[in-house]
Amino acid sequence: MSAAGVPLAWYLVLGAILFALGAAGFLFRRNIITMFMAIELMLNAVNLTFVALAYYLGQVDGLVLAFFVMVVAAAEAAVGLAIILTVFRNRASLGIDEVQSLRN
Amino acid sequence: MDGLLFLIFAAIAVVSGLNVVLQRQPIASALSLVAVMGSLAMLYLLLGAQFIAAVQVIVYAGAVMVLFVMVIMLLNAGRERPAGASLMASTLGLPLLAGLAGALGYVIFLAFPDPQPVRFGQFREGGAAQVGYALFTRYLLPFELTSVLVLIAILGAVVLAWREVRK
Repeated sequence: MSAAGVPLAWYLVLGAILFALGAAGFLFRRNIITMFMAIELMLNAVNLTFVALAYYLGQVDGLVLAFFVMVVAAAEAAVGLAIILTVFRNRASLGIDEVQSLRN
Repeated sequence: MDGLLFLIFAAIAVVSGLNVVLQRQPIASALSLVAVMGSLAMLYLLLGAQFIAAVQVIVYAGAVMVLFVMVIMLLNAGRERPAGASLMASTLGLPLLAGLAGALGYVIFLAFPDPQPVRFGQFREGGAAQVGYALFTRYLLPFELTSVLVLIAILGAVVLAWREVRK
């Protein structure tokens, strides 16, 4: 292990692994809240890629984009959790299989 | 030292990410997600993005995850019922997932053959001053639009919860 650090590609591969994990969680899980957390995991992976590329290019733009992703994620979490609350009150369940129709 | 820190926190991030996906209890998934976000904040620091690391801890690990944990406790979300996974999902799911990660990794190594390692302290533009300057000059319009977006999100959350209260 060199004291100087690791290649940039390792950071990007870590981002890819986390993104794949988030996608898998979104597809395989049946709990709405857990699926929502998988989306957050994917957003975090994208943020890591943005920050790593900002380092690579030596520009601040990637950090600004990561900042915007965080703002949008916070807004999305507020609205999404409110929707989950409403769904739970209407269906008394957090399973995604029970939420098949958008009516009622 | 940089490489060691990267390996430690990348390992924490991957193991906690696996835990997010594999745990049956939503609260365990949420706490693992906090661990992922904390280790990602450390990696942001290694990449020289102090401001984003601080915002990650405050906004993501702080505000957003507190919201998640609060909703999980409010709804008393218990153990998830195992899904009757289809044959295709159970047989093809993991190989396809490994294929996705492998293809992404291959393309990344193809696109960035640069062997120059990431050095802590090489990128000094990540402070609050530089990010704030970019936000208020070149990215002023998107920044103002996010304020509108956040306002709409607040209104939407209040409206959804309001209907709730009246019922």
